[in-house]
Amino acid sequence: MRLRIQKLLAILLLFSGVLSATSRVVGPQEKIKTIAEALAISAPGDTVFIQPGTYQEETIYIDKPMVIIGRGYPVIDGMNKGYVLEVRSDSVTVKGLLLINVQKSYTKAYAAIHVYGSKYFVIEGNKLRNSFFGILVERSKDGIIHGNTVMGNAVTEQSSGNGIHAWHSDRLTISNNHVEGMRDGIYLEFVNNSKIIGNVSRNNIRYGLHFMFSNDDLYLKNRFENNGAGVAVMFSKRIDMRENEFMLNWGSASYGLLLKEILEGEIVGNTFNKNTIGISADGASKISFSHNNFDNNGWAIRFHGACYDNNIVNNNFRHNALDISYKGPMNGNIFDQNYWSEYAGYDLDKNNVGDVPYRPVKLFSYVVNKTPETIILLRSLFVDIINFSEKVSPIMTPDNLKDNRPLMKPVKINDRS
Amino acid sequence: MLKILKYSFMDLMRSRWSYVYFFFYLVLGFVLFFLNSDVTKAVITLMNVIIVLTPLIGTIFGVMYFYSSREFTELLLAQPLKRRTIFAGQYLGVSLSLSMSLVIGVGIPFVLYGIFGSTAIWDFSTLMLVGAFLTFIFVALSFNIALAFKDKIKGFGFSILMWLFMAVIYDGLFLLSMMIFDDYPLDKLALGATLFNPIDLSRILILLKLDISALLGYTGAVFKNFFGTGLGLFLSLSLLSVWVIVPAALMLRQARSKDF
Amino acid sequence: MIEVRKLYKNYGPVEVLKGIDIVFNPGEITAILGPNGSGKTTLIKSILGMVIPNGGEILLDDNNVLGQWLYRDRISYVPQIANFPGNLKVNELIKMIRDIRPGARNHGRLIDILKLQPFLDKKLGALSGGTRQKVNLVLAFMFDAPLIILDEPTAGLDPVALILLKQLIASEKEKGKTILITTHIMNLVEEIADKVVFLLDGLIYFHGRVSELKEKTGEDNLEKAIAAILKDSYA
Repeated sequence: MRLRIQKLLAILLLFSGVLSATSRVVGPQEKIKTIAEALAISAPGDTVFIQPGTYQEETIYIDKPMVIIGRGYPVIDGMNKGYVLEVRSDSVTVKGLLLINVQKSYTKAYAAIHVYGSKYFVIEGNKLRNSFFGILVERSKDGIIHGNTVMGNAVTEQSSGNGIHAWHSDRLTISNNHVEGMRDGIYLEFVNNSKIIGNVSRNNIRYGLHFMFSNDDLYLKNRFENNGAGVAVMFSKRIDMRENEFMLNWGSASYGLLLKEILEGEIVGNTFNKNTIGISADGASKISFSHNNFDNNGWAIRFHGACYDNNIVNNNFRHNALDISYKGPMNGNIFDQNYWSEYAGYDLDKNNVGDVPYRPVKLFSYVVNKTPETIILLRSLFVDIINFSEKVSPIMTPDNLKDNRPLMKPVKINDRS
Repeated sequence: MLKILKYSFMDLMRSRWSYVYFFFYLVLGFVLFFLNSDVTKAVITLMNVIIVLTPLIGTIFGVMYFYSSREFTELLLAQPLKRRTIFAGQYLGVSLSLSMSLVIGVGIPFVLYGIFGSTAIWDFSTLMLVGAFLTFIFVALSFNIALAFKDKIKGFGFSILMWLFMAVIYDGLFLLSMMIFDDYPLDKLALGATLFNPIDLSRILILLKLDISALLGYTGAVFKNFFGTGLGLFLSLSLLSVWVIVPAALMLRQARSKDF
Repeated sequence: MIEVRKLYKNYGPVEVLKGIDIVFNPGEITAILGPNGSGKTTLIKSILGMVIPNGGEILLDDNNVLGQWLYRDRISYVPQIANFPGNLKVNELIKMIRDIRPGARNHGRLIDILKLQPFLDKKLGALSGGTRQKVNLVLAFMFDAPLIILDEPTAGLDPVALILLKQLIASEKEKGKTILITTHIMNLVEEIADKVVFLLDGLIYFHGRVSELKEKTGEDNLEKAIAAILKDSYA
């Protein structure tokens, strides 16, 4: 990733060098009072510095390669009239601005920063307040969105927009942003070969991070907390999900991670803590789940069906009310060498592998699937009894749905702190 | 009353069974820690045991004490004492000694393993509180049964049946009816049914404390709003108190008109 | 003085007392006799408040005592079967009763008379029936109550203890106390009782002096007199 940023910077430097850039300063005390004016007189590759102050300007168009840098977070007030910044050129850098008041609309996705058809853009260290959409990227490539904060106070899904929204784009890097109180924290549709790294997405009313029809993406070391639901990955292929934290996604339809119609991903080294459902998988196939921690969730993983050939190996399942919920036949899914805190078997040969298999699906889990309210009987003696009888002679659960080599000690997972 | 309480209490404290009960919890506590040094897990296992066992022990001890202390009771009845005094004293004596066996028996290993420094202290306290509540409730219920049946065997039989009903059958019927009527909105029914069984009520209280409340969110707002708030906690504890007071009052009422 | 008026009691469908009217006077020993199930114990327990009557009144010195409890301070009661909490020691039991009911005075003397010292540190469960009965007597006679009720007090007592018991009863009578006793030993009745109450099927068949009972039945032996009554009633 670092390599890519360096490459981009190198290209930018090259551009500015070739065009022998000049720089201008905009400010209330300067000769140039408005940003629009500064942009109008700038040549491609020039730099504009914006002094502290409030700039009330309707939609500012950036239609040539430019570097725009705010000093001390100048306030760009969109006055609720359409987009605030329109980036319509390659190689545009926007840094250090505070953008406020974007028009709300039910028909158009007005955003504080709208990037359209741009390559090699950099949106870095900006703050966005009271924006409808935050950063909207369409038909763009090789851009970086880094270290921005987007704060909203979304109430309903209809009247709110996404924090960072990308559509039909390629090779984006979205890193170290902080998104809070929007509809989706980060939304990606038809976005391929991109990296989402080290972001914090919390208190958003729908998803922390949302993939639609996007392939070959990586998201790494992000934190998703207290969103309507953590991350939704839908209709996508080869998504690499690593070392993220999914926390406190509570509610009747809430989960840490939703997998819907996805293929060939990897879910490695993530932490799922205190979610109603850790992972909800519906039509997810050929995915490798390993080295994840599932702690204190209602369900660790729910498989809804049409899930084929997944490997669930070397994970820790600790203190979940119900470990796994499962529908249908085995379909080539494999549970092997996980640590289950509920496991009550023994290890006579002391090889750290339990000598009797562990069945992670309880009969009660089927009952709850059918009638959710019965959850109130969790851990009652009656439920223990029916679970036990099911364990002795399985009727509802597939006979081979079991971990034949349950671990006696938790898997060591690299500490990210 | 305090005198009667004192003598009933001392009488039970001398009995072999109190020690058995006490040592059972002591051993259970140590074994739990020996098997897993994780306090949270120990609390969860302990919850399973307490929810089932304290009502059972309360029931059996209550009936046993009542029948075996019949002569003592008659001796007291011939003394210048109110009946209320005698029975309230005996009831409190039995309940207190059982609760103490529980709290001290489980408490010692937990204290030794450092419960005070742990965040599980509140879970542990809730557990002990609930265990004591269940003891008081089921001793009162069993006293009622013992008062109603002169025949020891019948009294024992009914008490065990009562326990079985509360601990297992009730939940079975509850589960079954929820599955049959799952086309209807059930959360209020489920909530109501929970309140009418002290064992269920206690279980839910502890579950919420143990942070498995995530699941309750799954069933919709009613549970979460009820159990997830301070009001819910307050109401649950009040209901448990009602579960102590009503059977105890019934027991005293029944004792007033009973022939010895 | 204790007065029973129109006392009724039934256990379910079984009528045990069918309107008992009787007065027991101070300074008199009254023996309550009757076959098994005639209502002797029920009458006594009604007076003690252990059985709740269905109707009637019980007056102790002209005060109704039904539903009361403080009046029991004026009764010494020796129950029929003396089973005590087995875990307690003898002196602990005595101490406990003294603690619950203040006013005991002569327990020390009674323990001496009944020769109970060797047993004071023994558990009640380990005592013989006779010794337990002695403890029972101590618990009742250590209080100076104007009404004494003895329900089969001789059970298990050896001859020496029996003599002691008679002496105890006699001395209490001299103090002007009202004494009720039930027993199956007719010799004892003839020896100490001033009056006899004969209960039959929940009613008073006879109430009067022993000599009157003999006269009425034409027998000169109390045992035979009783037998004659029973023969009549079952004939």
